Amino acid sequence: MTDPLLPVDAYLVESLPEIWFGAVLFALGMYVVLDGFDFGIGMLYATRTDERERETFLAAFGPVWDANEVWVVAFGTMLLAAFPRVYSRLLADNYLLALGFVLALVFRGLGPELREQRDDERWKRYTDYAFIGGSVFAPLLLGMLAGRWLFGGATLPVALTGVALVAVSIVTGAAFLATKTEPGLASELRAYGIGATLAYLGGVVVLLGTVVLTDAGGAADAMLSLPVAAVVALSVAVGLGGSGLARRGRYRAWLASALALPTLLTIMVAILLYPTIYPPTGLLVREAVVSPLALNLVTVLGFPVLLLVLWYFKFLYGVFSGPIEGEGYGG
Amino acid sequence: MGPITLLSAVDPVWATFLSPELASRMQFGWTISVHIIFASLSIGLAPFIIYFTWKDVRTNEQRYARLRSFWVKVFAAGFVMGTVTGIPMSFQFGTNFPQFAEVSGELIGGPLAFEAKMAFFLEAVFLGVLLYGRDRVEDRTYLISSVLVGFGAWLSGFWILIVNAWMQTPRGYEMVTRNGMEVAKLTDPFAAFLTPRMPWMYVHMMNASVLAVALLVAGVSAYIVWKKPDTEAWNTALKLAVVLLIISAPFQAVHGDAYGRHVEDTQPQKFAAMEAHYETGQADLHLLAFPKSPEALTDPRAENLVTVSLPAVGSFLASGGDFDAEVIGLNEYEENPPVALVFWSFRFMVGLGFLFIGLALWGGFLTYRGGLADSTRYLKAMIAASPFGYAALLTGWYVTEIGRQPWVIQGELKTSEAVSSTLTGAEATLTLVGFVVLYIGLMLTALYILKWLVREELRSLGVRESNGGRWHGPIPWVSSDD
Repeated sequence: MTDPLLPVDAYLVESLPEIWFGAVLFALGMYVVLDGFDFGIGMLYATRTDERERETFLAAFGPVWDANEVWVVAFGTMLLAAFPRVYSRLLADNYLLALGFVLALVFRGLGPELREQRDDERWKRYTDYAFIGGSVFAPLLLGMLAGRWLFGGATLPVALTGVALVAVSIVTGAAFLATKTEPGLASELRAYGIGATLAYLGGVVVLLGTVVLTDAGGAADAMLSLPVAAVVALSVAVGLGGSGLARRGRYRAWLASALALPTLLTIMVAILLYPTIYPPTGLLVREAVVSPLALNLVTVLGFPVLLLVLWYFKFLYGVFSGPIEGEGYGG
Repeated sequence: MGPITLLSAVDPVWATFLSPELASRMQFGWTISVHIIFASLSIGLAPFIIYFTWKDVRTNEQRYARLRSFWVKVFAAGFVMGTVTGIPMSFQFGTNFPQFAEVSGELIGGPLAFEAKMAFFLEAVFLGVLLYGRDRVEDRTYLISSVLVGFGAWLSGFWILIVNAWMQTPRGYEMVTRNGMEVAKLTDPFAAFLTPRMPWMYVHMMNASVLAVALLVAGVSAYIVWKKPDTEAWNTALKLAVVLLIISAPFQAVHGDAYGRHVEDTQPQKFAAMEAHYETGQADLHLLAFPKSPEALTDPRAENLVTVSLPAVGSFLASGGDFDAEVIGLNEYEENPPVALVFWSFRFMVGLGFLFIGLALWGGFLTYRGGLADSTRYLKAMIAASPFGYAALLTGWYVTEIGRQPWVIQGELKTSEAVSSTLTGAEATLTLVGFVVLYIGLMLTALYILKWLVREELRSLGVRESNGGRWHGPIPWVSSDD
């Protein structure tokens, strides 16, 4: 029954379970960063009434959203492959949130696809509702799901995590669009982006205060730890610095700093979780992880592919880099 | 917290008519049924797209550009629907069947993660290029993108079917206790991934997808050819689809016959349900079965059925040559799958399979005689047949999945034990209703999109509205009034 190619009773490296904890959160981070700006595009879309501007937004969204969305499947399946109990409990304990999130994704994905099928005002209005509504609710519910993961049933921190994800998605969406649109539109987007940055930073500070004061999910001590403080301080610096770059019209640099915000948020989630991986039941990473052979296998087969996937993304964003040249969603 | 507590409060009312288990099973069955239509559309359309793109890039002939452009649009719409319906699938193991996910995580988690990373990403990234990148990349990159999208679709099916085949014929694991629960621990990856069922299932499903899409392409082409007989592009598409039908339809029947024998070997209970075979012993083969009374629909027993049967041939086929071979009957088991669903689904699938062979032979004969398009009757038959490849594919999966009940992992874990213990009937019913309403809307929209694309194509071919005959058939994407 032994497999000669892979160690059966020992992890390939001693810290493989921790590496996988990192890998799973990396996939979540990629999702929050990449689909985050898609959600931002969807929400900012609501502020546009001009058909040409809406088409421009959809043209920025069209080629990349589907690939971005796959990161959530990568996250879910990697969680299942490495930590099946966490996958099971997280989703089963938050049934309506989890399915609400995927239903929001259905609306968000179908909206633009259906919109281009008919040249009819009413049809466009309804498909736009689907796109915008899905783009608001998907990050809100995903953030709440993450909040439940971290803090259990505490209502206010869970809601704040959801709102924080909505706000940070608007920041990245605005920065992404600013690099792709003409200066007049970009400066309007900049205003939304800076407002959302301030809302996001304020939200994170309030979240931190609430968790410390109420000790939601027993996370007060972790919230006051040095790493979390460092991440929050860094977020404030990056957020304000990015807003400064935006004011000076340096949109590419602004985009880079904006994308750092959801990255830092994911790092905060990782710090708050570790060394447990499901705080509501106190389950530790080492207790939840699958057996050595199974983890070694998904490492050897999965990690090289993950690198390849990152290359695909570099290629995809390379092909579709630069400003939008008046093409609609349908290309 | 709020809405969940609220729903729990009204739960007793709801639970009286829809249990979490029943609602979860219906929801999973419904959502996978819709998803699989789009997933197999990608698989079956891939060879067409690659062929048209290749010919387009190589020959620069207008007809291939036209066909590529049309079918890439269909592929894209189908892919978006496949994505949005696929994401709920990857979460529902956790939301509705967490015990299943936890027990089998080491076995199914790997293949599902490989599917996302190796296949889904590949498709999604290069579809972006295929849809939006015609002017941004070179011909060669564009052609390679189409091949990678197709390869991704077939690879995706490979990993997903590894999971499903393991659920039918599980091996390569041992049961151990972890965190106070009996879970399957992977002991032999080769055995676990390449289960006895896997090659059967993969070949049968890939060919079913090609067959279903060949019928769809043939139907659309036949409709356009019927309206515009001299179109070079769509006569080409029709011929290509009929050629694929001629290859895939007989192959599916021959392969399915051998596959059935394998099921009898590995899942005798499912096989008995497919044949409604209750008493262990010699089995007849019911070639055709019709209900004698309404009860036969829900309880298909020999005495309720008018059958055209070959005595003892069931034994002969199941054993591969022995008329007296003993076939295990359903009475041997304490708990059986819903026999009627399995029995009638199986007959429906097989019946359609023979219909497809008939259409293939007819098409082959017409091609030999000089032209498919000359026979309006054939065109109309192909238009009418266009959705039935999918009907056969779905009913085939009902045989596979309902036939495995009461097990979710054959012989190891029952479906009833896999359902979430924290799920309430209210929550499950609420999401079930949501998925049913949303996905009905989604499928109607998909049909409308096809209809609009066909109409637009006819317009660009210069067919005036209300030109030619009127269609009164059952296919929703065919316009009857314009």
